[in-house]
Amino acid sequence: MKRTTLLKTVATSATLGLLLTACGGDDGGNGGGGGEAEGESYKVGIAQYVSHPSLDATAQGIKDVLEESDHDIEVEEQNAQADQATMNNVVGGFAGDGDLDAVVPIATPVAIAAATTIEDTPVVFSAVTDPVDAGLVPDWDTPGDNITGVSDMNPVDEQLQLILDVVGDVEVIGIPYSSAESNSVVQVEAAQDAAEELGFEIQEVAVTNTSEVAQGVESFSNVDAIYVPTDNTVVSGLETVISYGIDNQIPVFAAESDSVERGTIGTYGLNYYEHGRQAGEMVLSLITGEAELADTPPSLADPDALEYTFNLDAAEQMGVEIPQDMVDEANIVGEEGDDAATEEETATEDDAETGDDTE
Amino acid sequence: MTVTLELGLIYAIMALGVYLTFRILNFPDLTVDQSFTTGAATAAILIVNYDLDPVLALGAAFLAGALAGVVTGLLHAKGGINPLLAGILTMLALYSINLRIMGNRANVPLLGNDTLYTWFSGTGITGWTLILVLAIIVLVVKLVLDWFLGTDMGLGLQATGDNEEMVRSLGVSTDTMKIVGLAVSNGLVGMAGAFIAQKQGSADISMGIGLILVGLASVILGQALFNNRFVHGFANTAVGKFFFGTRNREVLIATTAVIIGSIIYRAAVQGALAVGFNPNDMRLISAIIVVIALLIPKWRIRKRPKTTGATTADPAFKEATNVKA
Repeated sequence: MKRTTLLKTVATSATLGLLLTACGGDDGGNGGGGGEAEGESYKVGIAQYVSHPSLDATAQGIKDVLEESDHDIEVEEQNAQADQATMNNVVGGFAGDGDLDAVVPIATPVAIAAATTIEDTPVVFSAVTDPVDAGLVPDWDTPGDNITGVSDMNPVDEQLQLILDVVGDVEVIGIPYSSAESNSVVQVEAAQDAAEELGFEIQEVAVTNTSEVAQGVESFSNVDAIYVPTDNTVVSGLETVISYGIDNQIPVFAAESDSVERGTIGTYGLNYYEHGRQAGEMVLSLITGEAELADTPPSLADPDALEYTFNLDAAEQMGVEIPQDMVDEANIVGEEGDDAATEEETATEDDAETGDDTE
Repeated sequence: MTVTLELGLIYAIMALGVYLTFRILNFPDLTVDQSFTTGAATAAILIVNYDLDPVLALGAAFLAGALAGVVTGLLHAKGGINPLLAGILTMLALYSINLRIMGNRANVPLLGNDTLYTWFSGTGITGWTLILVLAIIVLVVKLVLDWFLGTDMGLGLQATGDNEEMVRSLGVSTDTMKIVGLAVSNGLVGMAGAFIAQKQGSADISMGIGLILVGLASVILGQALFNNRFVHGFANTAVGKFFFGTRNREVLIATTAVIIGSIIYRAAVQGALAVGFNPNDMRLISAIIVVIALLIPKWRIRKRPKTTGATTADPAFKEATNVKA
């Protein structure tokens, strides 16, 4: 019996320990903010929804801007890894931390949770496609009560126009997207509008998770090109789409440059690192008092963050040629523009030499 | 600190639902992962498109969740499908249905609409007052559930979980019992979903994924902590009798334990985040918490032969070792 009690006590104290740690963490946060008395020191909380290249690049851009500034800015980064319960914990933790000068949610679900939960600390969202549709702000010219930020709305029609420019004779464009992401639904709707204007058809296929991407693209029939929107699910399984494109000689275009680097042909779109920097600048001006949140409406991507990006290697593999005049003004990744590709080339040469040797 | 209590209390409503199926009915119900979202989606759409009162939206979410539970119940009881599989099938189907409910969108934002939370902050209910209000709400839910489990039907439900054959031999329809149990359970889960949606300002298709583990963790953790002589001794005192009653006591203690378990689970998550654990590890940590909580009573039972004499003298402790409590 004594042992039983002992075990109970251990179990209880272990749990209590966890409870205490929870409080301890908060206390630590308070201690960290003590430096504020010195003047130019701030604390910013970044709440990222999930890890994937675009969102990671956004976070990096934000952090770089804050680090490069003359002020002493402490950044606390939390990532919910797409778990909504954890997300509520993260956002709730930030809401309770009185030392934060700003909270930066990355991606729509966190932005909404932050807008709902956080009352006193300014919230600056990033990687939110349509803040008006999400209800974060009343319209594009007015910030919300305590929230503003930078949208990553990509110019869908210009991207589709790019496909026409590169591929030429296009009748049907296939769009794989996740029906579970509202940002993608918005883009598909925009694409349909653009398609009517530009004179081709859209064939959409909805997937529900990464493992269905392969099946999704296989179900395309007679598409002349594939357009991948900024869809977290499809972009996570992008390699599947790319290899389908190479196998079937169907050019694959993306909505952002990170995906081009991974092997789609090209885009006219957002560079998420620059997008993050833009959000970072907004955060910086708000926390230092240069700008007031009430006077800072949500903004679209700067021209700085928009660029043509091509992957010539991918274009060759999928059997299209990009007009030289477009290549000239574009950011080139892959074979000619990228170190990684150069290494790949060297590797192939090395392989060939080794092959010779063994012979 | 308040965020832990706040989330712990709301998720406790879900955990009570999980307790009902997992412990009382002995039915591991995986429907929960999506019926949570069903409740959230239903409430969100009703609030956004039809300006429904947020409290009525909670009720609607209960009904929507209950309907999902009925489907799982029918699949199992009438279709003879294995409980796990029945839950999985409903869960899969609900994913598409939830998207339909939300108007083929993955995320329905509630910002700019009246919700419980805008009402709370509008009337100055924040911080500790909010915790108090939530605690009262959860207590009411618990008391209603306690009352339900004490009715003839509730007792039949408990008996079904204990010994199905015997209950059937007495002429009670165990099928009905299971369907009702699953309906109430998923109703509670759906209501918790609607609550969370109003809290986080949106219903999202992925908000329920992995919640069954959270529910189980809360149930098992709470019960592992409450299964001791102190609690059961306390239940025999006058104050304890007031809190836990005299009839059906192990259930009343267990429902309290589940609520505490839910709060402790949230505290553990918050603690892990605060200490800087990677959120990628959160599911692993949850699983470890559940495993530990499952093992604690196992260790105790192994020691029991030595102490049988002592325990038989204590009826409260005997109740504690009851499978259900």
